[in-house]
Amino acid sequence: MTAAKSSLQRRAFLAGVALVSVVAPQAARATPEAMAEAIKAVVGDRPVREGRVTLDLPPLIENGNTVPLSVAVESPMSEADHVKAIHVFNEKNPQPHVFDARLGPRNGRAQVATRIKLGDSQRIVAIAETSRGEFWSASADVIVTLAACLEELT
Amino acid sequence: MTNVLINAPKTARRGELIELKTLILHPMETGFRPGTNGGIIPRNIIQRFVATWNGTEIFSMDLSPAISANPFVSFFTVATESGRVAFRWSGDEGFLAEESVTIDVV
Amino acid sequence: MTWSDRPGRRPALVLLALVFGASLAAAQVGADTRRSGYQDMGPALQKMQDDDTANPAMLFVQLGEQLWSKPAGAAGKACADCHSVADMKGVAVRYPAIAKGADRPLDLDGRISLCRTANQQAEPFAPESRDLLSLTAFVAHQSRGLPIAPPDDPRLRPFRDHGAEIYRRRQGQLNLSCAICHDDNAGKKLAGVTIPQAHPTGYPIYRLEWQALGSLKRRLRNCLVGIRAEPYGYGSLDYVALEIFLADRARGMLWEAPGVRP
Ligand code: HEC
Ligand code: HEC
Repeated sequence: MTAAKSSLQRRAFLAGVALVSVVAPQAARATPEAMAEAIKAVVGDRPVREGRVTLDLPPLIENGNTVPLSVAVESPMSEADHVKAIHVFNEKNPQPHVFDARLGPRNGRAQVATRIKLGDSQRIVAIAETSRGEFWSASADVIVTLAACLEELT
Repeated sequence: MTNVLINAPKTARRGELIELKTLILHPMETGFRPGTNGGIIPRNIIQRFVATWNGTEIFSMDLSPAISANPFVSFFTVATESGRVAFRWSGDEGFLAEESVTIDVV
Repeated sequence: MTWSDRPGRRPALVLLALVFGASLAAAQVGADTRRSGYQDMGPALQKMQDDDTANPAMLFVQLGEQLWSKPAGAAGKACADCHSVADMKGVAVRYPAIAKGADRPLDLDGRISLCRTANQQAEPFAPESRDLLSLTAFVAHQSRGLPIAPPDDPRLRPFRDHGAEIYRRRQGQLNLSCAICHDDNAGKKLAGVTIPQAHPTGYPIYRLEWQALGSLKRRLRNCLVGIRAEPYGYGSLDYVALEIFLADRARGMLWEAPGVRP
């Protein structure tokens, strides 16, 4: 391959890059404030401590439409001490709530997995509520390279 | 026509921790996306998922539009007694789906 | 995963030499450098494809299985009345193909559509309709793990050559060929996504971008639209020609359908 041809190809290739990174304008959006409010609605004025919660998301998100997410909480899951609920919030989707799961001692292990949509890079927060009235949390900053909901141009 | 996939063991030892995995065909239309005619495509999501073991609730989840199309949900439970584990999804536009599996606890 | 311990490596290499011409000279002799798009995905998506209870495409395989034994059309026959499921093993990996006595090739969905209209005497499936994709996914699933094995049918040659010509032709407002991305720049990042080598190993696929199952034709349409070229109509022989070329180029690679792709 000659140098001239290769640089030509590179230019053409970069045009392709520019095309693919066009991002559709977004409509309504949650904000970090909306997320804080939604969290407050769940926990009230009680303290939320970091720890005991493991929030697992892939470090590199290849497509925001379907992002595997799992939340696991350290807990004996006994009658006396168990996780009652797991809440997941996000900053930039149109609504701050992602899901609220209800659990109990019968679950044996406080772990939930699902798949979520992420329109943009942002912070995700998971909060676990225990039967003793404690709140534990973990958060993750995710980087989304391709925006979700981009439809075909056809 | 069923459009649900459940993964659960057929048998389990009493007291064993088992994982239940579920997938269901559903568009999870967010209600925020523009349609082809310039309007917004109306929201159509599953709002709630509930699992029961012989009639007793063992797990539930409230879903938002941020859950992906064709929702996948998995969780754990302790095998207590032989019987029927039932799953129920309900949501917008009167959506209702139910599926159950039997688990032998030995 | 390595391909080098597969039987049939040598014919594949001969073929690659034809396809890639000079570029193979640079490649290591004896090593098969072909990669499925699966290998370019992160572990989370690989896991999603591998686990049948987590792979969303399996919902459609299940629908296809139900349709398989449902009578349809004026003939009142189900697929299951004329075929056994076991007979479908190994079918998907040798498509597109030309039936005895026919003169044009059909891809797998084309063949299933023909059975629908000619043998079931039912209304044709719309292209990319859920029923057609589900039946195709069900049939394709039966071949999982088998090597891609296009038939050695001389009648396919002109179509494959036409597909190769399209593959190398610059087109669209961006004036790009498939080869510029999928041969010369495969493995590099494009807007955060790894450009795959474009091997049709997993079709129909559940593409996260679509949030649905889709055919290889739909995937090819996406690439054509991406370079601002006019996509062909769904019934076009140009797609089938490209599919024949891609299948030949992927000869011997393992069939993964139904795959998951970003
Ligand atoms: C601008 C670069 C570019 C061009 C030109 C291009 N593609 Fe692609 N193609 C891609 C990218 C990037 C992907 C992967 C997309 C993703 O993962 O989201 C892809 C995916 C594919 C796949 C899917 C592979 C798999 O693992 O399932 C096939 C097949 C394909 N392209 C074929 C073609 C054909 C045929 C052409 C010519 C008509 C073409 N492409 C032109 C960039 C390109
Ligand atoms: C009335 C009988 C009949 C019905 C019903 C029927 N087929 Fe067929 N099918 C055939 C015949 C005959 C062939 C050609 C066999 C050959 O060429 O060896 C065929 C070929 C095929 C092939 C290609 C097999 C190969 O080895 O190349 C596939 C795939 C297929 N059918 C799928 C289906 C599906 C899916 C359905 C249901 C939607 C269906 N068929 C319904 C009779 C039928």
